[in-house]
Order: sequence, then C-alpha cells, then structure tokens
Amino acid sequence: MSLINLAFKKAKNKKRPALLTYTVAGDSSKKKSLEILKSIAKYADICEIGFPHNTPIADGGQIQSSAYRALKNGIKIKDVFSIVRDFKRSATPKPIILMGYYNMIYQYGDNNFINICKKSGVDGLIVVDLPYPENKDFAKKCKKKNISFIQLVSPTTSLIRMKKIIMDSHDMVYYISMLSTTGGKLKVSPEKILKKYNKIKSLNKNKNIVIGFGITEKTIASLRKADGLVVGSALCKEISKSVENRQNPVTNVTNIVKRLRKKIL
Amino acid sequence: MIKLKKKIPLIDQHDKNGFWGGKFGGNFIPETLKKPVEDLSILFERLRYNKSFIKQRDYHFKNYIGSPTSFIKLQKLSNHLGGAQIYAKMVSEANGGAHKIYNATVHCLIAKKAGKKYVVGDTGAGYAGKMLSMAAKRFGLKCKIFMGAKDIKRQKPNVDAMKKNGANVVPVYSGSQTLVDAVSECMRYWVSNCDNTHMCVGSTVGPNIFVKICGWSTAQISRELKFQIQSEFKKIPKKVKLINCVGGGSSAYGFWSEFIDYEKKQIELIGVEAGGPRSSKLHAAPLTNGAKLGILHGAAAYVCQNSEGQINETDSISAGLDYPGVSPIHCFLKDTKRARYTSATDEHALDAYKLVTKLEKINPSLEPSHAFAEAIKIAPKLGKNTIIIVNSCGDAKKDRDILKARLGNNK
Ligand SMILES: Cc1ncc(COP(=O)(O)O)c(C=O)c1O
Repeated sequence: MSLINLAFKKAKNKKRPALLTYTVAGDSSKKKSLEILKSIAKYADICEIGFPHNTPIADGGQIQSSAYRALKNGIKIKDVFSIVRDFKRSATPKPIILMGYYNMIYQYGDNNFINICKKSGVDGLIVVDLPYPENKDFAKKCKKKNISFIQLVSPTTSLIRMKKIIMDSHDMVYYISMLSTTGGKLKVSPEKILKKYNKIKSLNKNKNIVIGFGITEKTIASLRKADGLVVGSALCKEISKSVENRQNPVTNVTNIVKRLRKKIL
Repeated sequence: MIKLKKKIPLIDQHDKNGFWGGKFGGNFIPETLKKPVEDLSILFERLRYNKSFIKQRDYHFKNYIGSPTSFIKLQKLSNHLGGAQIYAKMVSEANGGAHKIYNATVHCLIAKKAGKKYVVGDTGAGYAGKMLSMAAKRFGLKCKIFMGAKDIKRQKPNVDAMKKNGANVVPVYSGSQTLVDAVSECMRYWVSNCDNTHMCVGSTVGPNIFVKICGWSTAQISRELKFQIQSEFKKIPKKVKLINCVGGGSSAYGFWSEFIDYEKKQIELIGVEAGGPRSSKLHAAPLTNGAKLGILHGAAAYVCQNSEGQINETDSISAGLDYPGVSPIHCFLKDTKRARYTSATDEHALDAYKLVTKLEKINPSLEPSHAFAEAIKIAPKLGKNTIIIVNSCGDAKKDRDILKARLGNNK
C-alpha cells in the first residue's frame, strides 16, 4: 500500500479526515521551510509542498506572496528536492506531495523530473495546469514509478468527465471546493460542497477524495466528513504575517496546524 | 519537419489537442477552466459558420470600427530612403485607434451570445483594454480590465479612456507590473468568475480558443489589404514585404493571414519584436533571440525564461510589445520559416518615429514604430520594384508622455 493510502487509512481508523497541509518550498527561507515541514508533520497526515513559480495563474495572493518570497531567496528546483530528501529522513516523515506548474517540469523533461522525484522520496504530484486528458501520459509515467498523480475535479467538471477522471485517477483525487483561485473566501456552503463531494465519492468508494480551497480554522470542522482536507493559503498567510512581525514562522504555523487538527478530531 | 498547409486558415491548422505543428499552443489550464474553455470553443465554432453572426460581425466592422482602414503610400519616406516603395496600412484609423478593436468587438458579440453579463480582459498598451471597454459599453456589458501598475502610469491616455467608458481598471502590482502580470491576474479572475463572466485575451495568446478567436477577428485587416493591393497594383506585385510589430502577434497575424499561402519569394512576412533598451540585456523578443519552448498563460510557445522555467522580466519602451511570450502561431510560422522575425531597440523605434512623423502626416505609436524601424533599415538596400507595406496598427496619442520625455517638446 502506498504511503498516501496508508495515511488516509490511519485517519479513517480514527474516524477523522486526513489533514493535508500546503506550504511553499523555500518560504520563508530554505532552512525555515524545512523546519516548518518537520514541525507541522507531527499534526498533519500528508504534506503538500509547492515548487514556486513566478507566473502562477491559479494562485491567489497568499500563495503568490509565498512563492515570490521563496524565489527571491533564490530557491531552485534542486533545493526543493533537497528539502524533500531531508524531510523524508527526519524523525516523523509524512507522505509528500509536490505541487506546481507544468513549465518547470517541462524544462526538466518529464522523465528526468519524475526520476528525481522518485529518488528524493516524493509520493505524489499535483500539476495545476496539466488537466485531464492532457495529463494521461504524464500520469502513466508517474504510476510506473509508484508516484501518485493527483487528478483535480472542480465544480465545473461535468459528470461524464468526472467519471473518466476518477477512473484514470490514482490514490487520491482533489476536489476544488468552489470557483476560485487558492486563498479565496469560502463562498459556497459546506452542505453544497459535501453534496458534490458525495457524488464524486459515489463514483468509486475506494478513492480518497480530499477537499481544498477556502479551508481555514473557521471552516474546517464543517467539512470533516471528507476523506481529507487541505489547508494552504491560511498557512502561507501566517508565514507572511510572521515575517512581517519578525516572529518565528515555525512556531506560529505549527500552532495553526495543531488547532486545525483539534477541530477535526 | 513541421509544415504549413495551404488553403486552410492558419488558426485552424492545429491538431485535436490544440497544438500547431504538434507542439505550439494547446490548453495548459486549471481544471476549473476546462468547461468554460470547451463551452466557448463550441460556441465559437458554431458562430463562425453562422451567416447571421457573420452579417452582424461585418455590420459592426463597417459601421462601428470603420472598415476598411486606408492603404496609403509614404512617398516622402520612400524618396528619402531611396530604395523600396513604402506603403502603410493605416489600421490606427480603426475606431479607438488600433487593431485591438476587432478582437474586442468579436469577443463582446460572443459574450452576448453566451448570455454573459460581464467581460474581463488584460491590457498592456491599454488599447486592448480601451477597445474592450468601448465594445462592452456598446453592447451593454459590464467591463473589468487588468493592467500592470507600470503600464497604468505610462499609458495614461488609454487608462482615462477606459474609465470614461465605465470600465473598472484593476492595477496589478505583482511581478514586473506589466502585461504578463495583467494576463495572469485576468486568468485568475476568470477562474473565480467563469460562471458569469466572459474573458477576452487581448492578443493571439492564451489557451487555443483565444488564439483562434483573436486571429479570426484581426484577419479582417489582410482581407482589406489584399483587395487594396489588387486595386493599387492591378495584381499582387512580385516582391512584397509585409512588416508588422509582434507583441503577442495579433496585429501581425491579422495583417498576414491572407498572404501566408504565397511563396516567401513573392510575399515576405517580417515580424519585429521589442529589442528593449540598447544598453540593456532585457528584451521582449523570444523569437528573435531563440528563447526556449515553454508554457505561459495556458499555451506552449517560445518564451523568455530561465533554465528553471521561471518567466524572465522584460523591458521595452513599448508597453504593447513588452511581453515575454508570443503567439503559438508565430512560433509555427517561425519554425516553418514562412515568416522572419527580428527586433528593434527602443532607440531604433524612437528614431523611426521621429523620421516617419517628420516626413509623413501619420502618427504611429511606439509598437508600429518598431516595424517602421525595420522598414527604414532594409528599404535603402532594396530596389524600387520592391513594395514594403508596414502595418501602422496604433496611434501615438497614448504615448504622449513617453515621447515627450524621450524626444522633448518638439516631437
Ligand atoms: C498598437 C499596438 N500594436 C501592437 C501591439 C502588440 O500586440 P499584438 O502583437 O498582439 O498586435 C499592441 C498591444 O497592445 C498595440 O497596442
């Protein structure tokens, strides 16, 4: 069983959704982002790490700020992989999902990128601007290396399309809660989101479906019926705030993740 | 070897995945945009073959945009340079002052058919935004325009026009605060509002369908030009050079589309990108400088970027050309060697502007001044039987402040 599947199973056994965090590699610095990961891993089930891009067409202000900060710090793809490696060697490693835009992978070459992912211990990949069915080839290559390619489904995805996507998906499917970039305010009621979630779930009960976008300390409890919940912008925002107030982002972000975890117990 | 097909419009020479030449274009978009992009594609493919829609389009092109724009000889410039005969297609006469009105008008017509109440668009020089605000007003749509903060400062006359037309101009402060950032922000806005908002991409860039709609719209320019050349010369002359500036490439595609099937020996297509300040390494000329293939704003194309795939900052005196990417159809024209691409520096464009406005009664903006720079460079070396035609696709009123700062009050 893959580490990602295992993480979902563990959470399910405890009758709670898996908690997935998203932070940007290199934010607020290379060292700090690794420390943040190591520290929040005590409370998170799966850690998503963004590889920062300077033209992110689907990210809102908070994740953009994190990405720009990381790039300003000189973060390179090789640093992202070294963060992953170090994290995977730490005391409490969790499954790692890399998330980013296709151009960076494209410049590396699909195979080359996937090979380095494998060597570094990456468990899954989300490529924001490589939708289905364009991602079929790439997803297959990932599967060969036992890396989960994570398909996205959104409120605009038709039922026929959804069926195809679920059929071709690996361990986990990401449901985008609303029409929004990352970091938007939850503008759809949790009931509505869960209704759509249940529809997706009913297509294949064995897939782990997570919900992301707009999830904060305020909204997380209302969605706890899902297999997993992703919190990203709220953490990136906290890093920005910590930097601004000259506080330690490691403690501050960890505290949020701790509280998020409590809310879904 | 990738090849062009004859008798098929270039915008339609893509494969089922949306790629020209198997690798340029496509749809690198977030899942949320898949459905709206597909809906738009279906609607457009239906409308473009619908007689009543074509009639509507042609009505607005004629009565609103003012087609055809004139085709004139620049006799004094030709005499001064003493080589090729130089002509200009005065697309700047189009309502609003540039070719961007064609795309904007068509997009608003489509938005109405789609039942959308809002349109959103990007702009660099401000022309795409100004035109969208004009057309939106005419067709009763609410309009929002994203524009880089740097461009808002340097293209004030167009910003004023947008506001006067009731558009909401949203400044973009991220990145280099120019067109690239405006397009990104516009796409983000569409991701969040695609249920009630139509997006207009201001050039032949973006996901496949936006390249097509824009090219289909500006193609009007070359339909007029072909007719005008035939009536001026009785037939298409033996040696013609069509020179056009290239930012995203909508003006150039529109200027060339009817002539792509001709032999290069007879009709040469020359695209002029922004070379940036002479003393700077920064530029906005991906085709000229051999930039690598990459993904920007939903399409694969040559793009100024570093080895990690981060998009490079660009610099150009011309906000309309100041963009790190370029249309996939121009990449295709480059690789098939049908068109030739070069660049002009800020200084060359300014010199060209000075010379052209000194000798002729026209006032090309900084974008077409790049095209004039190339015409001025090559004309003296060519014979009198060579016909150079420059697309004077924008009016310089918007560049008032830059021209004053760079050239002083006497021009
Ligand atoms: C007058 C003018 N020419 C050219 C351009 C460049 O765009 P494109 O290459 O799509 O024609 C612009 C863009 O704003 C413009 O305003």
